[in-house]
Amino acid sequence: MDGVAPPPVIIVGAAMGGLRTAEGLRKGGYMGPLTVIGEEPHAPYNRPPLSKDVLAGVVTHESVAFPQRASTADVEWMLGARVVAIDLTARTVTTDDEVVHPYAALVIATGLRPRRLDLPDIPGRHTVRTLDDAIALRDELVPGAHVVIVGSGFIGCEVAATARKLGCEVTVVSPSALPIVRPLGSLLAAEILARQEAHGVAFRLGHTVTGLVGGARLHEVVLDDGTVLPSDVLIEAIGSDCNSEWLAGAGLDCSDGVLADAAMRAVSVDGSVHDDVYVVGDIARFPNAMFDDVPRRVEHWNIPTDTGKRAGFVLAAWLNSPEAFSDAVQTPFAPMPAFWSNQFEMALQAYGLPGLADGIRLLQGSLTSEAVVGYYRGDRMVGVVGLGMKAALLPYRKVIAEGGLSVSPVT
Amino acid sequence: MIKIEVDMALCQHYGQCVFEAPNIFTLNDDDKLEYVASANDSERDNVESAVDVCPMQAIRIVE
Repeated sequence: MDGVAPPPVIIVGAAMGGLRTAEGLRKGGYMGPLTVIGEEPHAPYNRPPLSKDVLAGVVTHESVAFPQRASTADVEWMLGARVVAIDLTARTVTTDDEVVHPYAALVIATGLRPRRLDLPDIPGRHTVRTLDDAIALRDELVPGAHVVIVGSGFIGCEVAATARKLGCEVTVVSPSALPIVRPLGSLLAAEILARQEAHGVAFRLGHTVTGLVGGARLHEVVLDDGTVLPSDVLIEAIGSDCNSEWLAGAGLDCSDGVLADAAMRAVSVDGSVHDDVYVVGDIARFPNAMFDDVPRRVEHWNIPTDTGKRAGFVLAAWLNSPEAFSDAVQTPFAPMPAFWSNQFEMALQAYGLPGLADGIRLLQGSLTSEAVVGYYRGDRMVGVVGLGMKAALLPYRKVIAEGGLSVSPVT
Repeated sequence: MIKIEVDMALCQHYGQCVFEAPNIFTLNDDDKLEYVASANDSERDNVESAVDVCPMQAIRIVE
């Protein structure tokens, strides 16, 4: 090669998915150059505490940073840099400083950003996605502050509980009939609503925010029925959009996130599969053999880790030898989706994909204290959610992993 | 040998680690985590996976 260094593997996205892919590549035996390009200024950190316990205390990078492993000590981290373009044929990406970076293989790990309301840009509007978001919000969650949260999903409900515990007056506004109803169903959602209200969180369900009143600061929020709510702080928790704009024109299937096969290889609109381009984390739409062959994006906490390890394993094999690559691609991939949520005294934990269910049953306990709830698609358990009862939940995880055909309570 | 530490002030006893390293971590009948603090090197991969899946990031391997 006349002393010319080979181009690195480039991972675009320096959050959990990018980190786990880098670790997976090293574990898979790839010891060549590796560059991670990330838009945020921070090294990879754990996001879930930002809406929960960390938000209630002093928010620092140190309190949420992932530990760095020895295997990735020689990775080059380009933080605070945004990739704006890609050329799949030339194998290059371009950063916002117009530098063109050649790659040997590419990993797409750019994740999501919070969706925003189409409303005037008045100081007092917040989202909760990044560390800097949480630091900015923490300063405004003072006792007595009027906090309006738009959106009643997990983030909205967790932030509601945290803000309430900090002494804020909290109102949740959402077009839904119940909080967190789409992933959890009405059985648990009704109980979550009752407990949130018992702690003093007000809900305006079936409504949307249509206007803001304020100037130098936000003062009031106007709802679709004309109701005016005092509001020092507006938190927008209405879901996310995929950071896939930089892939425009490359021919990849970006209809919802970026399509990948079960080896996490990127798939083009024409169906062709790219052995040198991988997709991991929240942005990856991939099939999971645990459920069916339908590619889905899964915004659960464990997915960046599972898909990152998978992509690292397959890509390391591709860089190693055709035989190793063929074996790696054939290895089954069926990661168990898992998530959890803390709201007041409630410790919710879920396995599988409860949102796929057409039937929901209380399996153990009582909703008003602690419970295990099963989620079924036809006769198969596709998800299980525990309200407390952490040890009792574990056998059901095994049932789902093994195909979900045991429908009676297991102990 | 590897040495394992769990920050019990952080641990919420979710039990994700139990699946990755069942020889090291268990949930008892009171939903509380129990673990062994040292293990053979053969457990390293499992414990590293347990570190990765801990929602509270409460587990670490002491080198």
